[in-house]
Amino acid sequence: MNAIIIAVVQVVLFVFLAPVLIGVIRQVRATIEGRAGVGIWQPWRDVRKLLAKNPVRATDSSWMLRAGPVALVVSSLLLCVLLPLVGTIPLALVPSDLFVIVSVMLIGVVALALVGLDGGTAFGGMGSSRHMTVAALVEPTLLLSIYAFSIPAGTSTLSVIVETRLLSPELIISPVSVLALVALSIAIMAETARLPIDNPGTHLEVTMLHEAMILEASGRDLAWLEVGSWLKLAVLLGLVSNLAVPWGVVTDFSALGLLIGVVSIVVKVLLLGVLLSVGEIFLAKVRLFQVPELLAGSFALAFLAVTASYLVA
Amino acid sequence: MSFLRLATLIRHGSRIAEPAPPAPPLFAGAEAFGGSVQVRFINAGGCNDCALEVAAAFGPVYDVERYGVRLVPSPRHADVLLIVGSVTRNMAQPMLRTIEATPTPRFVIAVGDCALHGGAFREGYGIIGPVSDFVHVDIEVPGSPPEPTDIVRALRRMTGR
Repeated sequence: MNAIIIAVVQVVLFVFLAPVLIGVIRQVRATIEGRAGVGIWQPWRDVRKLLAKNPVRATDSSWMLRAGPVALVVSSLLLCVLLPLVGTIPLALVPSDLFVIVSVMLIGVVALALVGLDGGTAFGGMGSSRHMTVAALVEPTLLLSIYAFSIPAGTSTLSVIVETRLLSPELIISPVSVLALVALSIAIMAETARLPIDNPGTHLEVTMLHEAMILEASGRDLAWLEVGSWLKLAVLLGLVSNLAVPWGVVTDFSALGLLIGVVSIVVKVLLLGVLLSVGEIFLAKVRLFQVPELLAGSFALAFLAVTASYLVA
Repeated sequence: MSFLRLATLIRHGSRIAEPAPPAPPLFAGAEAFGGSVQVRFINAGGCNDCALEVAAAFGPVYDVERYGVRLVPSPRHADVLLIVGSVTRNMAQPMLRTIEATPTPRFVIAVGDCALHGGAFREGYGIIGPVSDFVHVDIEVPGSPPEPTDIVRALRRMTGR
């Protein structure tokens, strides 16, 4: 019962938080660039407007263009339910197991790639191909880095991993954990299409990864794709922040604890968003041919983390 | 540019954006956008004068993005089509197909004298006619080229901010 309450709180919270997070990221970037910035509520206005528009779909497109965006949102919402964001009390039926999480994330990835292919345009197909290339390189890193976290905890359930780190904070600054966290962060940057792997603000079709796939979506299809991607970014930042700074998560259910959990995750995610935005100012997108090198580097870090966890810890 | 140099520039650089002038009245029908307008830019055959002014309007000085306007890479994402230049033979069909690919409600803003009535190139052998010969123009921005402030004002009529 407590687990269900926390899951519901997480879903509602992150549905509201994700657009605000994107608004904050864009606003911080605009301020640093010397612009006035559009304000942190703009993503809400964008989604509201997109939902009201009449979508235009390519004549040869199939049901995938309608179902794909919804599948992406559902996979992101499932991540909201499963990941230990507000609290670490796991659901009895579906544990927040490492393999469950990565598989749920893959549903969204594949749905997005199919949406890109469905329009039948050259850029959509190119985007899907690049997206799957990156995904194939990212998933092993995700699995391996979380596996490195799981060795000291003795379980691959993320809720328990976060709880173990909360109870024994010396785990957080161990070399194993730092290596795994860096590897996980790079993998998440690639997974959520941020710099330096993809440029979320680009207008040049030839450099696009994520944007190229959504070029053919309009109206509510586009709204769901945007919301799904924003949610994914928000929950993954939440996961990283809870692994790095686990204080504040609810371990024993109480109303006050829940409030503290909600406030702390909001603060953590927004702070990490600001950090991400400031960091992106100093980065340029790497060439597509260098992306595998970067991701191979993060895989090497994750591999070292796993090796070190057997040797050191 | 090194990391330190960029950091110093950011620390010393203050706000570049100029103060916002008072908001013009909302364009009738643009209420549906609710302060969020995505713009697809089409150069139907201009000399790039107007294109440069549009780029300036989206730059940090005039900063039209602060009113909720954003350039997008696909007509499917767009609400407003910003068309510059008189329509050339080769661009007539792509322009019409772009407009067809834009979801409704949509509006068309024609920027510059060339787009409005042909301008200096009216008699050119490659020119078919002004934008209004092909599609209903909702807002006209005269000038050759117009000031970025005029383009900003036209776009603010769409967002109402």
